Amino acid sequence: MKKTKAIVITGNGTNCEMEAANACRLAGFDEADIVHISELLEGKVRLDDYHFLNLTGGFLDGDDLGSAKAQANRLKYAQVEGANEHLIDQLMRFIADAKPILGVCNGFQLMIKMGLLPAFNGNYLDQVATLTFNDCGRFQDRWVYLKNNPASPSIFTKGIEKGIYLPIRHGEGKFVAASPEVLKEIEQRNLAVLKYSDPAFSAPTMEFPLNPNGSVNAIAGLCDATGRLMGLMPHPEAFHHRTNHPRWTREDLPEEGDGLIIFRNAVEYVKANLL
Amino acid sequence: MVARIEIALRDDARDSRAERIKREIVHFLRLPVEKVRTIDVYTIDAVLSTQELSSAASGPFCDPVIQTYSIDTPAAKDFDFLVEVGFRPGVTDNVGRTAREAIEYVTGRPFKPGEGVYTSVQYLFTGRLSLEDTNRIATELLCNTLIQRFHVLDCASYFKQGGITQTVPKVTGENRSMVSEIDLEASNEELLRISREGVLALTLEEMRIIQAHYRDPLVLEKRLSVGLGGKPTDVELEALAQTWSEHCKHKIFAGTVHYEDEKGNRSEINSLFKSFIQRTTKEVRERLADKDFCLSVFKDNAGVIKFDDDWSLVFKVETHNSPSALDPYGGALTGIVGVNRDPFGTGKGAKLIFNTDVFCFADPFYEKPLPPRLLHPRRIYEGVVEGVEHGGNKSGIPTVNGSIVFDPHFAGKPLVFCGTAGIMPAMINGEPSHTKKINPGDLIVMAGGRIGKDGIHGATFSSEELTESSPVSAVQIGDPITQKRMFDFLIRARDRGLYNFITDNGAGGLSSSVGEMSGECGGCRMDLALAPLKYPGLDPWEVLISEAQERMSLAVSTEKIDEFISMAKSFGVEVTVLGEFTDSGYFHILHGEHTVAYLPVSFMHEGLPPLQLQAKWEPPRHEEPLLEMKGDYTGDLLKLLSSLNICSKESVVRRYDHEVQGGSVVKPFTGVTNDGPSDGAVVRPILGSFAGVVTAHGISPRYSDIDTYHMTANAIDEGLRNYVAVGGSLDLVAGLDNFCWCDPVLSEKTPDGPYKMAQLVRANQALYDVCLAYSLPLISGKDSMKNDFQDGNTKISIPPTLLFSLIGRIEDVRQAITMDVKRPGDIVYLLGKTGAELGGSEYFAMMGFIGNSVPVVDTVKAYRRYRAFHEAVVAGLVASCHDLSDGGLAVAAAESAFSGGCGMALDLSRVLYKGDPKEKNDTVLLFSESASRHLVSVRPDKRDSFEEMMSGNCFASIGVVTEEPLLAVTGLGGGIVVKTGLAEMKEAWQKTLRDL
Repeated sequence: MKKTKAIVITGNGTNCEMEAANACRLAGFDEADIVHISELLEGKVRLDDYHFLNLTGGFLDGDDLGSAKAQANRLKYAQVEGANEHLIDQLMRFIADAKPILGVCNGFQLMIKMGLLPAFNGNYLDQVATLTFNDCGRFQDRWVYLKNNPASPSIFTKGIEKGIYLPIRHGEGKFVAASPEVLKEIEQRNLAVLKYSDPAFSAPTMEFPLNPNGSVNAIAGLCDATGRLMGLMPHPEAFHHRTNHPRWTREDLPEEGDGLIIFRNAVEYVKANLL
Repeated sequence: MVARIEIALRDDARDSRAERIKREIVHFLRLPVEKVRTIDVYTIDAVLSTQELSSAASGPFCDPVIQTYSIDTPAAKDFDFLVEVGFRPGVTDNVGRTAREAIEYVTGRPFKPGEGVYTSVQYLFTGRLSLEDTNRIATELLCNTLIQRFHVLDCASYFKQGGITQTVPKVTGENRSMVSEIDLEASNEELLRISREGVLALTLEEMRIIQAHYRDPLVLEKRLSVGLGGKPTDVELEALAQTWSEHCKHKIFAGTVHYEDEKGNRSEINSLFKSFIQRTTKEVRERLADKDFCLSVFKDNAGVIKFDDDWSLVFKVETHNSPSALDPYGGALTGIVGVNRDPFGTGKGAKLIFNTDVFCFADPFYEKPLPPRLLHPRRIYEGVVEGVEHGGNKSGIPTVNGSIVFDPHFAGKPLVFCGTAGIMPAMINGEPSHTKKINPGDLIVMAGGRIGKDGIHGATFSSEELTESSPVSAVQIGDPITQKRMFDFLIRARDRGLYNFITDNGAGGLSSSVGEMSGECGGCRMDLALAPLKYPGLDPWEVLISEAQERMSLAVSTEKIDEFISMAKSFGVEVTVLGEFTDSGYFHILHGEHTVAYLPVSFMHEGLPPLQLQAKWEPPRHEEPLLEMKGDYTGDLLKLLSSLNICSKESVVRRYDHEVQGGSVVKPFTGVTNDGPSDGAVVRPILGSFAGVVTAHGISPRYSDIDTYHMTANAIDEGLRNYVAVGGSLDLVAGLDNFCWCDPVLSEKTPDGPYKMAQLVRANQALYDVCLAYSLPLISGKDSMKNDFQDGNTKISIPPTLLFSLIGRIEDVRQAITMDVKRPGDIVYLLGKTGAELGGSEYFAMMGFIGNSVPVVDTVKAYRRYRAFHEAVVAGLVASCHDLSDGGLAVAAAESAFSGGCGMALDLSRVLYKGDPKEKNDTVLLFSESASRHLVSVRPDKRDSFEEMMSGNCFASIGVVTEEPLLAVTGLGGGIVVKTGLAEMKEAWQKTLRDL
C-alpha cells in the first residue's frame, strides 16, 4: 500500500503550517511535510511527490501589496533551480494530475488572486474575483457558522450535514466578484461551498458579526468545477479538538473538532483516486 | 529615473480604510467631511523599462477586480482637498520593501544600490472643509510628523500643477564614516554639556569616572599600541553610554539605597535587585528543593523553566514606553516584535507560542488641552493597539492575554508591556537547550535586517524623561516579515547545531549585544566597515549603537560558518561576519584597519560604582469619603460596569489573533455568546499532548496613591488568583516582574525623589514577602524607571506600576475552568473574606476619592485556599470561577451572570466579613476590592464534595444561579439592593469602548 502524502508550504509569512500539518495527520495522512518555499525553489522538494497541497494561513509578505499579492507574483515568476521550469508549472501539473488543493485564509486569498478559484472552464490563471478588506475595516478573530452547500462538487465537504463552526482571523476576507455574471455563474454551478449563516445553518446572512466581513452572498468558501480545489477564509485546522471550541466548557461536544472532516475527505479522496 | 504608480479603487469598490478615517474625523475632530477616498502611491526610483513598469503596476501592485492603476498620471478626481502622507527619509517602509522584491521577481534582476521603492497614501476629502481643517486632519489624524511627511492641496491647485510634486524620500549622505575624539579634560559644566548634547544620559559622576579611566597611564600605553590617542573616540563614549544607560545597566536597581521608614528607622540596601528579586528566587528554589523547576533565571534574555521532561518554557515581558509616546504605532510594533527576540534569543533559541500585552493609557475621550509634543491619548490608544495588532498577527503568534488600564497620569507616558513565551526541547543536540557558550575564535555574525540611523540613542533617551527635544532618531518601525524569515531560518539552524550562541540586538544595538557576548568569553574584535547598511552616510558610532530592528547576533564556529551562510542564503536571510570573539579582555572595534574603540571589557561591565540613592517613606493621608448608605446600588453597578477600567475591551481584543498555532483552550472571551472576560489563558503548545501552559497577570497602579507595598502585593495576588481561576497548577508556576516607575532619583527636576524611591523600596519588600509566601520564583523581569514628561513647569509622572505576569502548567487542559456560570440551580460560593477595603477602589474613584483603606493581602490563608481550590478543580467539582478585582463582588457577579446567560440571586448577609463590624455595610460587601477572592459556581450534586474539599478555608455559599435573566442581590437589611437584567448590565459593560 502506497503512503498518502500531504505537503504544507511555508515561508515569507505563512503562520498556520504546524496546525495544518497536524490536521492532516489526525485526518489520516501517512505523511504531512512542512516544506519551506525555498526548498521548492531550489528543487530540493517537488510538488509532484505529494498528493495533497495545503496553502495555509498567515501574512504572506505582510500582505503589504494586498493580501497574498506578492506571493501570487512570486509563484508566477519564480524559477525552480536546476529544473527548466517555473514553480507555477509544477502547480499546474499538480492540478492536471487531479490532485486536491486546499487554501485556507491567506491561502484562499492566494488561490483567488492567482485565478486558481473559481477557475471557470479550467482556466486556472484568470482572476475573476477577490478578497478585500472587511467592511468593518478591522482585523477580526471570531467564530462563524458556515452553511454547507450539499450540491457543490467540493470533495472536501462530503458528509457535512447542515454546516460547521470555525474561527475566522483576517482583515481581508470580504469576497467580491468581478461582475454580476461571475457571481451568477458561481451560484449556478454551486461553487460557493460554504456561506456565513445563522447558528442553525438555516440561511446565509449578511448580518455582522455572523457574516464578519460583508462577503457578497455571504460566501466564505469557494471550489472549482472539479471540486478538487477549494479555498475558505475560516480555519478548519484550528478546530481539531473540542477544547478549541469557544464554549467547550459549557457544551457537550464530540471529541473531534468540526474542521477535521475537510482533511479526512482529502485523505479519502487521495486513497480512492491517487494511489 | 523616477516613476510614480498610483493605485485607486474602482468607483463601485468600498473603501473601508477611508470609511474608518471618515468616522475618526467626524467623531474625533468634529469636522464636516462628507466623503473620503484613498489612493496608494508607489514612487519607484529605479531604472525600469515602460514594459516592466506596467507589468509591475498591473500585476503585483493592482487587484484588477477592485482597483485601477496609472503610471505617471494623477489618478485623483472628485475631491475638495487632498492629503498625501509618506515616510520621511530613512524611516522603515515595509510595503516599499515588499514592492521592491515584487519588481525584482517581475524583472528577474535585483535593484542596484541606491535604487528603491517608496510608498505613500493619498486621502481625498469631499466636504465643506477649509485648508486649516485639512491641515488639522493631516497633523492630528493621518500623519505623525516625526516619521512622516505630508502635502495638502486643494482641488484647483492639484490640477493646476498636474498632481502632487514628486518626492523621493531617499537618505542622501556621502559615505564619510568619521571618527572624532572628545576632550574630557574639561570642567564639570563642560562634561555635563557633552553628555546632554550627545544624548549620552551620563551623569557628572559617570563622566568623571570615564575621564579618570583615560587619565590612567597604563590605559594610555595600551591605546597607543593600537594606534589610538589619549582622548576617547565618539565610538567609545557612545559604547559606554549604551552599556551604562539606565535602560541597559539598571543602575537604580543596582544602586545602594539609604532607606528611612515612617518610624525613622534607617537601613542601607545594597541593590534592590540582589536584596529582593534575586533573593526571592534563591529562597523559593531552596524550599522547592527537588521540586525546583527553574532552569535559567535572570542571566539570559528571558527566564527558562521546565514544562516537562522533554520541553522547557521561556518567558519574557518587556516595555516600550518612550518610543510609543513619540510614535505609538511604530513604538508598539517594535515593542512586540522586539520582545519576540528575547525568548528566541534565550538559550539556544525557542519557538514562540504566545504573546501577552498590557497597555496603560490616559482617557481616550480626554477633552482638555495637552502640553506640546504629547499626543492625544486617543491617538496613542489607536496607534499602540494597531502596532501590536500588526506585530503579533503577522508574526503568527497568538495574543492570548492582556488588559488595558486607564489613569490620567499615563498622559505623560503610556505604558506598553509586551510579553512573549516560547518553548524549546529540553535537550538540543545532546546539550540542555537553556545553555550556550562562546569559544574564543568563534565568529561574530549578525543576522537579519540592515543597519540604518533608526533607533539611535533609543537606550539612552529612554533613560531620560520625555521632553520637547527628544530625538527623532529614537523611533523605529518593526518589520515582522523580515523577522519571521530570520526565525524560520534560525530555528532550523539551531536544530542543525550551526551556532554556539545567540542573542538579541535590541537596545544599544551591536554595542550591547556584542558587548555582552564579549563579557561571556572575554573580548572581541569587530570591524564595523563590514556591517551591511540600509544606506550610506553612517559614522562608525552610529553603526555600533543603531537599534535598527530584526537583527540577532550570533557566535558561529569557523567549521560551521559555510553551512550557516549557505542555509541563510536559501532562506533569503542576510547574514554577515563582523569579526571574531577573543579572550583578549578588550572590546576591540575597528573600521577597516583602523581601531576606533578599545575598551577593557572589565571597565565596560564593572567600571561603574553603585548609585547612592536616598529614600524616605512618609505614608500619605487622603481624604476619607463619607459613605452614604443607599437602598439601591443598581445605578452604581451599571456606572462601574461602564467605567474605563472595568468595561469590555472586546473591540481591541478581537483585532488580535488569539488562536493561530491551533492550541487555544481558554480564550480571551468565553461564555454563552463568546463575550465574557476570561481571567487567564490556557494553550496547548504541543498539539499531541493535553498538557497546557497557563498565563495570567495582575496590575493595580491605583493603589500606589496609598502605598506601593500593597499595590505590589495586590498585583501579585491578582495575577495568581487569575491563574488559579482558570485551573493553573501551583506546583509549577513562576512570576515575572515589570516595574514602571517615575524617576526616583533626587534632583532639581525631582525634588520628591526620596519619596518615589521609598515607594520603590516598599514595592520590592512586598515582592519578596508575597512571592515567598506563594512559592513563586521570579524568573525574569524588566524595569523602566524614567516614565515622566517634563516641559518647563509641567511635569506628568506615571503612577508607580508593577505588572506581575505568571506562567505555569495545567496537567490536562480538559480540566480548565471558565468564568461564565453554566446552569440554573448551581450554587454560588464566595471564596475568601471581604473587608472594609475601598481605598483605591474603582468605587471610590467613581466618586472622585482615593481613600486610605487599601486591600491587605493575607498570603497564608489565600495560598492554602488556592491549593484547596485547585484540588477541587482537578476533581472536576467546579462549574465556573471568576476572580474578584476592580469593582468587587458586584462587578464579578454581573460578569459571571451575563457571560453565562443565567441570572444570579445573592444574599450579602451570607458573605464572610473581616474587620471592624461597625464598618460592615452593603457598599463594602458589594464594591470592596479585598484581595484573594473568587466567585465560584458548583453543581448541586457536587456540593458536598466541594465543601469537603474546601473545608478549613474561608468560603461561603452566598446564592444560586437562576433561570430568570436577572442579577438580584439582597442587602444586609433584607431588602433588594441590586436588581437589573443581564442585557442592561452587558450593554453598560460593552458600550464604552465598542466604537474605538
